Amino acid sequence: MKLRINGKDHEVAAPADMPLLWVLRDLLGLTGTKYGCGVGQCGACLVHVDGKPRRSCMTDVADVAGKAITTIEGLSTRASHPVQQAWAELDVVQCGYCQSGQIMAAAALLAEKPRPTDPEIDAALGRQLCRCGTYQHVRAAVHRAAELNQEQKS
Amino acid sequence: MSVLADPNRREFLKAATLGAAGLVVGFYVPGGRRAALAAAAPAGPAAPPLPQANAFLRIAPDDTVTVLLAHSEMGQGIWTSLPMLIAEELDYDVARMKVEHAPAAPAYSHTAFGAQMTGGSTTTWSEFDRYRQVGAIARALLVQAAAQRLGVDPAACRTENGAVIAGDRRLRFGEVASAAAQLPIPASIALKDPQDWKVIGQPTRRLDTPEKINGTAVFGLDVRLDGLLTAVVARSPVFGGKVKSFDSSAALAVPGVRKVAQVPSGVAVIADHFWAAQQGREALKVDWDLGAGAALDTDAMVAEFRKLAAGQGKVAASAGDAPGTLARADKVVEVEYVAPYLAHAPMEPLNATVRIAADRCDVWTGTQMQTGEQMAAAAITGLKPEQVHVHTTFLGGGFGRRAAPSADWVSEAVHVAKAAGAPVKTVWTREDDLRGGYYRPLTLHRVRASLSSDGLPAAWDHAIVSQSIFAGTPFEAMFAKTGIDPSSVEGTADSPYLGAIPNHRVQLHDYRAPVPVLWWRSVGHSHTAFAMECMVDELARAAGSDPVEYRRRLLANRPRLRGVLDLAATQAGWGTPLPAGRARGVAVHESFGSFVAQVAEVSVEGGRIRVHRVVCAVDCGIAVNPKTIEAQMESGIAFGLSAALAGAITLKDGRVQQSNFNDYRVLRLPDMPRVEVHIVPSSERPGGIGEPGTPPIAPAVANAVAALTGQRLREMPLRLRA
Repeated sequence: MKLRINGKDHEVAAPADMPLLWVLRDLLGLTGTKYGCGVGQCGACLVHVDGKPRRSCMTDVADVAGKAITTIEGLSTRASHPVQQAWAELDVVQCGYCQSGQIMAAAALLAEKPRPTDPEIDAALGRQLCRCGTYQHVRAAVHRAAELNQEQKS
Repeated sequence: MSVLADPNRREFLKAATLGAAGLVVGFYVPGGRRAALAAAAPAGPAAPPLPQANAFLRIAPDDTVTVLLAHSEMGQGIWTSLPMLIAEELDYDVARMKVEHAPAAPAYSHTAFGAQMTGGSTTTWSEFDRYRQVGAIARALLVQAAAQRLGVDPAACRTENGAVIAGDRRLRFGEVASAAAQLPIPASIALKDPQDWKVIGQPTRRLDTPEKINGTAVFGLDVRLDGLLTAVVARSPVFGGKVKSFDSSAALAVPGVRKVAQVPSGVAVIADHFWAAQQGREALKVDWDLGAGAALDTDAMVAEFRKLAAGQGKVAASAGDAPGTLARADKVVEVEYVAPYLAHAPMEPLNATVRIAADRCDVWTGTQMQTGEQMAAAAITGLKPEQVHVHTTFLGGGFGRRAAPSADWVSEAVHVAKAAGAPVKTVWTREDDLRGGYYRPLTLHRVRASLSSDGLPAAWDHAIVSQSIFAGTPFEAMFAKTGIDPSSVEGTADSPYLGAIPNHRVQLHDYRAPVPVLWWRSVGHSHTAFAMECMVDELARAAGSDPVEYRRRLLANRPRLRGVLDLAATQAGWGTPLPAGRARGVAVHESFGSFVAQVAEVSVEGGRIRVHRVVCAVDCGIAVNPKTIEAQMESGIAFGLSAALAGAITLKDGRVQQSNFNDYRVLRLPDMPRVEVHIVPSSERPGGIGEPGTPPIAPAVANAVAALTGQRLREMPLRLRA
């Protein structure tokens, strides 16, 4: 089947019900998208499908054939997305394992709500688990990314 | 020395590799010994030999400076703070440094423990001299080489940001690195006066951010090799069970499954990729001989612990006559605290990739214990330890789980690769991680205390029932004489409060069960601080005293504990009014050579405890990177809040009742309080920072809930009674 990932077409031979997560990681070598729970509970595997956040561990690959899939590797070139810039500026990461998912969730939120409130951040990122407890930095960085986004547009 | 060039370094490593089996001397350090170990290395003839700087630092002709880490980066920030120590002495911009995990080799043994490992919040203090010395040695040799090149006296040279300067002439480090590599190591080296520090103490951004925000950071699970297969292992549904027989036919029928093989820990399903392996395992039929583990039940264990606590245990600390004083007291406060089994649940599930050849074995994994993994892989493959190459990836969280003396997951992965006859990545699912053991031990504390007429405790009698972490490991020998596992009583037996109470006794009941237990971020302190700080709070209330004032009186001779207590109380506005429905609670605790006080502000909403704000004061000696310290305090608080409010592993009929994050709950972003960190300025030697933030938060929250509702919650996770 044909997959369009980060603007590039890929032909993959995979069972229709193989989760997108493992197609990305094991068949295509896009390992930036992480496995944390396999049951849609942690958000480490979050990617964008047609611009919307989607948990790739719960997504049958056949369901996204032909759609535009974006992974952390394709979010920007040279980590130039405002979310990535804010993450770097505020030193958000610790172990880093959950951060692809956090960043992708934050980017999807900002695409929909350019100036998210705290409750909106809670709603959008409340199911993105981090065992290092980077949450306070994550929240601050989402706000900072919103600012950077505005600055870059104006 | 040999600054630097790659071939030299390899030569050095070759010469220095481990001969026969090395010895794990000790990972756990009791408080007193810790202070001695953390002290500055002696100068003069008794000084330990200077480090082989070339094992830790490479300077390439293009000026690239690469620092090799003897310890593992698992989020705690040493990827930045260890290079800072070298940068300070080398005169090189830390932001331009490249960093790598070192290979497993004796050169990288822990300066205090004699094995390569990361844990016990020891990295910064154990490397504080060595990494600075490496920077200073390299700088001295670079200066000497440059002086020779320029035909000047080394004394006429100075260094500045990666260059040696003499008058108006300037040589970049890269230009003289090869020449410096030919020079002998100096016999002694002077380190900078702390007042001249330009790097240590500066808030410094993490060096691992770029690769962790664009998906390129390589964790164990991301390792890719040609021809690599993936395995999952079917393990016994109860601890200690054995494979009786298995039927692999349905598993082998799953497309992509290559092989099904029995290994000591269960039955491995080896496939082209994870998805096929997992489906194969679902199709696999295994008949288990469950054994005694099938009877395990945590409710029954707590009942048994309760009985044990009332009896005679082994005495871990004693002064005066606690039982006699209590027998004569008019009023005795008698309570019990319970802390459950807890999984570490790092976000990256365990995994290891193993490739075995005739004369070498390569292991890629995120580990806190390289020497242990190396020895385990050598024993299984029949190779020499130096033929086992451990490639440490980033760790997707550790929290102690990736420091297993049993080398459990690496040993299993080596067995699987051996059975497969091919390179294999053995992956644990989240369910495997939560159900596969290595938990913080289930622990019960029974405490009885009476008060003097001045309100301070007259007697304190404390019994702890817990499962020993050290039993059955090489560390057991450390406490064979006393029979007291120090990790079960740390934080209680050596409590500063007990030191101030004339009659006290601490007894330990060592419970044996086939549940694998391990150090979990802050180890014994994760439950002892809960018991001590809740009990002191209860006594303060019983005495009609303010909880902060009561602690100040008990800690009169403990200036660093009092310092953080006062700072946290002041910054939190202790004693000032709060909005209706909110209350504060406090806790203060010493662990891993550092002192932390926290004031938590809570409310109860719909029967749920909400923590709104945590003010944290920390005295960890010299603050190498204040940014790291802030992050680690936040991190330790979040980790402790998961335990205080959410997490528990329970067993019924030997089965772990939790399976994934839906029923093993951890803290989520909406529940993260606002955390404010205040660092006490200090010129003391550095203490630990990865763990000390965790112990105080659960009691601070429990004490706040008591202040708010009058309910004393003595069991974690904290649950309000209706």
